[in-house]
Amino acid sequence: MLSVNGVSKSYNKSGWFQKDKQRVLEDVSFQCGQGECLGIIGESGSGKSTLGRLILGIERPDTGEILFEGKRLGDAKIRAGNISAVFQDYTSSINPFFTVEQAIQEPLNNLKSGLKSHSDLIDDLLLQVGLHSDYRKKYPHELSGGETQRVCIARAISTSPKCIVLDEAISSLDGSVQLQILDLLKDLRSKINTAYIFITHDIQAAAYICDRIMIFRNGSIEEMVSTDQLKDVQSHYAKKLLQMTILN
Amino acid sequence: MKMWKNMLQDKLALLSFSIISLVMVTGLFAPFIAPHDPYEVHMVLRYAGSSWTYWLGNDHLGRCILSRLIYGIRPSILWVFAALAVSVGIGAMLGFIAGYFRGKIDALLMRICDVMLSFPGTVMTLAIVGILGVGLENILTAFILMKWAWFARVIRTAVLQYSESDYVKFSKAIGVKPFKIIYRHIVPVTLSDIAVTASSSFGSMILQISGFSFLGLGIQAPHAEWGMMLNEARGVMFSRPEFMVAPALSIMIVVSAIHFFSDYLQVALNPKLRTSKHKAGDFAGTTTPRLQEKEVA
Ligand SMILES: Nc1ncnc2c1ncn2[C@@H]1O[C@H](COP(=O)(O)OP(=O)(O)O)[C@@H](O)[C@H]1O
Ligand SMILES: [Mg+2]
Repeated sequence: MLSVNGVSKSYNKSGWFQKDKQRVLEDVSFQCGQGECLGIIGESGSGKSTLGRLILGIERPDTGEILFEGKRLGDAKIRAGNISAVFQDYTSSINPFFTVEQAIQEPLNNLKSGLKSHSDLIDDLLLQVGLHSDYRKKYPHELSGGETQRVCIARAISTSPKCIVLDEAISSLDGSVQLQILDLLKDLRSKINTAYIFITHDIQAAAYICDRIMIFRNGSIEEMVSTDQLKDVQSHYAKKLLQMTILN
Repeated sequence: MKMWKNMLQDKLALLSFSIISLVMVTGLFAPFIAPHDPYEVHMVLRYAGSSWTYWLGNDHLGRCILSRLIYGIRPSILWVFAALAVSVGIGAMLGFIAGYFRGKIDALLMRICDVMLSFPGTVMTLAIVGILGVGLENILTAFILMKWAWFARVIRTAVLQYSESDYVKFSKAIGVKPFKIIYRHIVPVTLSDIAVTASSSFGSMILQISGFSFLGLGIQAPHAEWGMMLNEARGVMFSRPEFMVAPALSIMIVVSAIHFFSDYLQVALNPKLRTSKHKAGDFAGTTTPRLQEKEVA
């Protein structure tokens, strides 16, 4: 469904006259199937978020291509309704001037589906993420971190997208709330059959929810394993990474 | 709207807003409100004190000071406001484009701004007046030329900060069109920065135009302008100091009102501060730093 083929990306190093480029992604290729949950783990600075932004079409790859059902994701029309996202920073993930209702409506309005009133749909979406319909009129600064992430998830699933990119979606939440959100995500996936691209630096969270895990290092794929075989990773780096988690 | 409801509670903001709008409306309808013709000379009434027909007295040519004060609102406030609106408009448009799209267009626009901002403002205004000649419209032109770059800079900085935020990233990801994102997500959050910078600039521009008119570079006699009225009263500064009071007080009141109102806008346009004013301390760190113009007249 989603295929990333030989993608590279570099950024100009700051400075006007320097031609130095920092390679952030180096020839990355992988596939993500329908309804699959693919985890991308790696240290911070390894380029995970950059890859996420490329998949979401926010930025263009320098070389290579990212295809969604055979069509280029750079085209906003292909993305609309099919791809969605949940980000890390819950303090800036909803426009401070929007109510919960307006935030959830944004992707729906963008679809021009002709549906004027999404009223019932919004109640239903809030219910699905475990929030009461009283939340519709609240502003983001009136919500806790966990509640905001729930609203963001409701917003992400509102158009029943085929793929959702979750970039550190649980990383800034407290331990117990993290688990609640992970359970919610798991539960939703079994209901709506959406593919997740779950970007995180937390191996345990990835192992909890993902089918397959991609270990990412310095902008390229170190190893790809299915979660059941996580114990039998081949590469030295992946072994070290796992050991560190077990020691924790 | 919530903003207006809050203003009713904030007495100082309400007073400032009333003063500003009253002055503007008075200026707009000057011919209907002014009790006399501001250009009518009565040499008999030279330096006359206040009377029932001439409330604020008469100037060195016996003209009605109150009427001149009212007509003076037009160049002193209304035209300055128009020039401000034009430069904020240009600055906002370029600032939004530069800050949102980044890349080459941003680099190009910012270098142009750098060039514009590397000239000292007052000297440039004097140079433009020197080339184009003395007159209100030339000073206003100079203002627009000098100020747009500054607004573009400030607005770009604000836009840059917000276009990195996750809700803008989300909109981009789901394929919302760029100008819709700017309009729906970036304009509302930058509006408070724009309003605050624009209103504090308004105050200093009023002072500047009065300053230039005081020096005789702005509007020309017999037209009325507050700075020029101050200049005319200067001749009798020691014998009849009260003639300076009316124009000076008008400038002071209007500029203070604008500054108070701009302080209020800062709070009112921020949704976090707006709904939880009682615990404003919690949010002290979250507002964008106050942007203020250094040069005043
Ligand atoms: N817009 C950008 N401009 C320049 N450098 C960037 C940009 N975005 C990311 N980088 C650089 O790319 C590297 C990878 O960043 P990121 O993708 O955020 O990593 P991760 O999400 O794995 O922590 C970092 O070294 C960062 O400095
Ligand atoms: Mg990241």
